[in-house]
Amino acid sequence: MKTLAELQAIKNRMKDKVILRDGLEGTRVVVGMATCGIAAGARPVLNELVKDVAEQNLADKVSVTQTGCIGICQYEPVVEVFEAGKEKTTYVKMNPEKAKRIVEEHLKGGKVVAEYTIGAAQA
Amino acid sequence: MIRSQVLICGGTGCTSSGSMAIQTEFEKALEKYDLSEEIKLVRTGCFGLCALGPVVIIYPDGTFYSRVSPDDVDEIVSEHLLKGRRVERLVYDDHGAVKPDDIGNIALSDTAFYKTQERVVLRNCGVIDPENIDEYIAMDGYAALGKVLTEMTPEQVIEEVSKSGLRGRGGGGFPTGRKWSLCAPNKAPQKYVVCNADEGDPGAFMDRSVLEGDPHAIIEAMAICGYAVGATKGYVYVRAEYPIAVKRLTIAIAQAREYGLLGENIFGSGFDFDLTIRLGAGAFVCGEETALMTSIEGNRGEPRPRPPFPAVKGLYASPTVENNVETFANIPQIILRGADWFASMGTERSKGTKVFALGGKINHTGLVEIPMGTKLEHIIYDIGGGIPNGKKFKAVQTGGPSGGCIPASLIDTEVDYDNLTAIGCMMGSGGMIVMDEDNCMVDMARFFLDFTVDESCGKCTPCRVGTKRMLEILDKIIAGKGTLEDIDRLEELAQYIKTNSLCGLGQTAPNPVLATLRFFRDEYISHVVDKKCPAGVCKDLLTFTIDQDKCIGCGMCARNCPVNTIVKTDYVAPGHKLPSYKINADKCIKCGACMANCKFKAISKK
Repeated sequence: MKTLAELQAIKNRMKDKVILRDGLEGTRVVVGMATCGIAAGARPVLNELVKDVAEQNLADKVSVTQTGCIGICQYEPVVEVFEAGKEKTTYVKMNPEKAKRIVEEHLKGGKVVAEYTIGAAQA
Repeated sequence: MIRSQVLICGGTGCTSSGSMAIQTEFEKALEKYDLSEEIKLVRTGCFGLCALGPVVIIYPDGTFYSRVSPDDVDEIVSEHLLKGRRVERLVYDDHGAVKPDDIGNIALSDTAFYKTQERVVLRNCGVIDPENIDEYIAMDGYAALGKVLTEMTPEQVIEEVSKSGLRGRGGGGFPTGRKWSLCAPNKAPQKYVVCNADEGDPGAFMDRSVLEGDPHAIIEAMAICGYAVGATKGYVYVRAEYPIAVKRLTIAIAQAREYGLLGENIFGSGFDFDLTIRLGAGAFVCGEETALMTSIEGNRGEPRPRPPFPAVKGLYASPTVENNVETFANIPQIILRGADWFASMGTERSKGTKVFALGGKINHTGLVEIPMGTKLEHIIYDIGGGIPNGKKFKAVQTGGPSGGCIPASLIDTEVDYDNLTAIGCMMGSGGMIVMDEDNCMVDMARFFLDFTVDESCGKCTPCRVGTKRMLEILDKIIAGKGTLEDIDRLEELAQYIKTNSLCGLGQTAPNPVLATLRFFRDEYISHVVDKKCPAGVCKDLLTFTIDQDKCIGCGMCARNCPVNTIVKTDYVAPGHKLPSYKINADKCIKCGACMANCKFKAISKK
């Protein structure tokens, strides 16, 4: 290595890999991963969310974690989005394609994808 | 795609409590549940809460698992990593001090232990993988070296360090910027930078944790120092008793060389710098700077008189800057964030933070980093979690064999260099040993003096002979044969050794005695006049007795007595069926086995 630019390149490449350890700040996306959630396909959803958040360069603002049973098994897989100062959003009957849209429109664009929310499913 | 990371502490504390086995179990379990692609295992340096080790932290949620055993790993993987359900029984319990957030998490940074810590030196310890240079670079690593070599002159670097107010963290507290500026102008064909990692104080492990958790920070800082003072060679003198630190530092140096961050023409600036590790053979005196250099040169580690100071004539008779590990660890941050940022922490004459190794009678044994000027009370009770078993706090010993003690009456002391010196104590390198009512201060002073008698190199008479005579007087006092004149002689001798010894070891060796004489003179008087040890430690002054009315005659004490000196009597206490026992005092070796085995609290020591 002979230049600062090379150093910066390593830093950029590594940043996403250590950023998980900054702790929880900003938006939190929580995937229900109890037995029912896993059976309904929560793992591909979780992996899609992690992948898209990284690809859209949102990793420093958004963290993706999993949680246990949320209690609405018939709607699994369930994804909840927590944002500071806002009502939490609950997305239900998720799949990887829906997850992709949520990252694109909600997490990046700031607009809730109303048709996937629990409100829409119950209506 | 990695969605979660499992950080396993690889510091010496957690390694010895079995964190290697935990890592192996995690590897197996991740394979079993097919999670290897999604979860990354990272072996880090010390997190600080050594008492609760082995420690495992799961990110991004930051769940802090303490006292994990290999048998727990399968459950953590199948429950937490797969299903997202935390294994509550292993989660660190902050005794309700912190409220969990809306999804039931307690963030590590909110716990009482971490909340008021200010992590500058330890910022990467327990965060990055110390064996991976890329992770260090991701945390702004080597950016300070880059900045120094491309934007700053050597004079500007020294100016910045001087302005920060950083003082030597090895104990002396000499201003680092001034040390560098004394060395820089000296013309010589070769100058040296030396890092003192010969951490020898009993109970101190700050430097070890930095070397184990963030070795690149030391390499970067030494290169910066080399540039500032015009040195192209550096030595890290590290104790051979720190195998993990040596291994990680060796790996880090190799990685830095591979990246061209050590070697010739670093960042194309024309500046050359390289490092060599030297292992210490275990002599305490080699932590003294001149003895350390003599040892690097391949000679027996003995100090030499100063002046000439190392800045003029140090290693191989060349101008040398020698700093301690923790001092160096501050340097990259000062360069990157500026002298003003650093000077904004701490007190008027002690800037920045200080790392302390908390040990002894305290709930949270471990490593803490706090701004200078933090009250002792806050360190002991809030961060340290107080004294175990409801005992009373008596004193804290700082500075190891060179230091003194702070009694409970001065618990509101704000800890910095000058305040500690003012009460006849010493910051030292940062060991803090907490003592409760069961500790005898005379015995404590004897422990440290015994250590310095062993470790005195023998070159000068006051230290070699004087400390030995002091130890003999203390032994006499502890054996109950002391007189009041002995206390006066002890004090006189201590002052003489302090002023006449050649190096820091001898000059500070009497400190534990002087400090205890100052704050706990009544305990010495009790030993000498009343022939009693108030804390019940000094065996020769103790008598074990059985309260015959409390004794039910079960015989547990007699069965456990190693010298068979407890015998049955004819006396049967009112309300009891069996005759009581008594201790034959002249054969008693005062081991305490009877007292420990008596379920009826019938045995006392006085």
